[in-house]
Amino acid sequence: MLAEVHADPIVRITALRKSYGTNEVLKGIDLDVKRGEVIAIIGKSGSGKSTLLRCVNGLEQFQDGALTVNGKPLLYDSAMAMRELRQQVGMIFQGFNLFPHLSVGRNVMLAPTLVKKRAANEAAEQATKLLQRVGLAEKFNAMPDQLSGGQQQRVAIARALAMEPAVLLCDEITSALDPELVGEVLRVVETLAEEGMTLLMVTHEMSFARKVADRVIFMHQGRVHEIGPPAELFSAPRTPELKQFLSSLHD
Amino acid sequence: MIEFTLWDIVRNLLLALRWTVALSAIAFIGGGLVGGLLLTLRLGLGNGTRRAIGWYVQLFQGTPLLMQLFLAYFGLALLGLEVSAWTAAALALTLYTSAYLVEIWRGCVDAVPKGQWEAARSLAMSFGEQLRHVILPQAVKLAIAPTVGFLVQVIKGTALASVIGFIELTKAGSMIANASFKPFLVFGCVALLYFALCFPISLYAQHLEGKLHAR
Repeated sequence: MLAEVHADPIVRITALRKSYGTNEVLKGIDLDVKRGEVIAIIGKSGSGKSTLLRCVNGLEQFQDGALTVNGKPLLYDSAMAMRELRQQVGMIFQGFNLFPHLSVGRNVMLAPTLVKKRAANEAAEQATKLLQRVGLAEKFNAMPDQLSGGQQQRVAIARALAMEPAVLLCDEITSALDPELVGEVLRVVETLAEEGMTLLMVTHEMSFARKVADRVIFMHQGRVHEIGPPAELFSAPRTPELKQFLSSLHD
Repeated sequence: MIEFTLWDIVRNLLLALRWTVALSAIAFIGGGLVGGLLLTLRLGLGNGTRRAIGWYVQLFQGTPLLMQLFLAYFGLALLGLEVSAWTAAALALTLYTSAYLVEIWRGCVDAVPKGQWEAARSLAMSFGEQLRHVILPQAVKLAIAPTVGFLVQVIKGTALASVIGFIELTKAGSMIANASFKPFLVFGCVALLYFALCFPISLYAQHLEGKLHAR
């Protein structure tokens, strides 16, 4: 899984702080993500894990600290720099956020044709391949509302992959799904991980995190409370907070 | 004294109706363009612009259209700009319409879930691309019914242009009523003509709304 790891990190987060008004939600985060690494972020709701993820592609602005992707710093003030950064960082959302007025195929094609100026037939060909990869080749012309939640989320993955990102952010991507649909989405993510995609995912699926992640981060009250390989973190939690969090999952 | 037949009355009113329709069309198209521009500015620029446009909307929604017409006609003259009743009416109605349309449309844009913006942004689309390819197609669908509905308000609003001497349906009606001494008949016809113009549009707006909810 770590075959493609290079020396320099793909994402480097240094002393990152973020607050909403007087409420500080991220209190100094340091994290280096290596290329090809799969990182699972766990923790209670309100611990800042989604906010951290959303800082990586600039959906949230942080007040202090630094964040670089592929060596380039994140600059809010430059629309150009933000677009460049976002081409490197794909994101998949809890609520899928497919464009409801476009067919599945056009959902996948839209950004490459606009942003990467790809020709329509080329983009269509790529979209077909990507939909095949997530097991939805026959749905190219379907509208999003004709698909199940699991299928919609797989389309969202194909849409993010169409921009050929170096990092993929997954924000609780199975939390809005019926239990029987979770598996099909996780299988796609697992394949991506095996193929060497760098993944940063906020998840409540502990067994999945254990199986796929190279490192697990436990966030607590806006800080990285514990970090380590899943085997260590899950079987031998060092802090009482993580112990309590893990035991609360079994209730 | 000249005797007015019913046909005389109706024929003259119909001729004046053209100007009601023309003024409505100008106000609606002009108001749509200005409203669209203001909406884009509001969405694309910062808080200062948002506040300025908010004040613009409040100004036009918070004062009677009649005052706006007076101000456009007499106010511009005071500034040394000699404007015809036509220009003043077209200007005042365009601004009035734009203030309402920008509010209606802003509501429709707000009704598009925030996740749509976020997804488009995450795919590295520029602001213009997000707006044009993701947000507006969804907002337009929501906007059609209330926009068509508002057209009825604009048509009825043109009646006020009669007070600055613009000869449209209402002004023609009062002139004919004065000359024919048949005010009830004349204004009855005027009302019927407005109704004939507005009713189909209201029906159409209702139909569009029904179609939207059926989806």
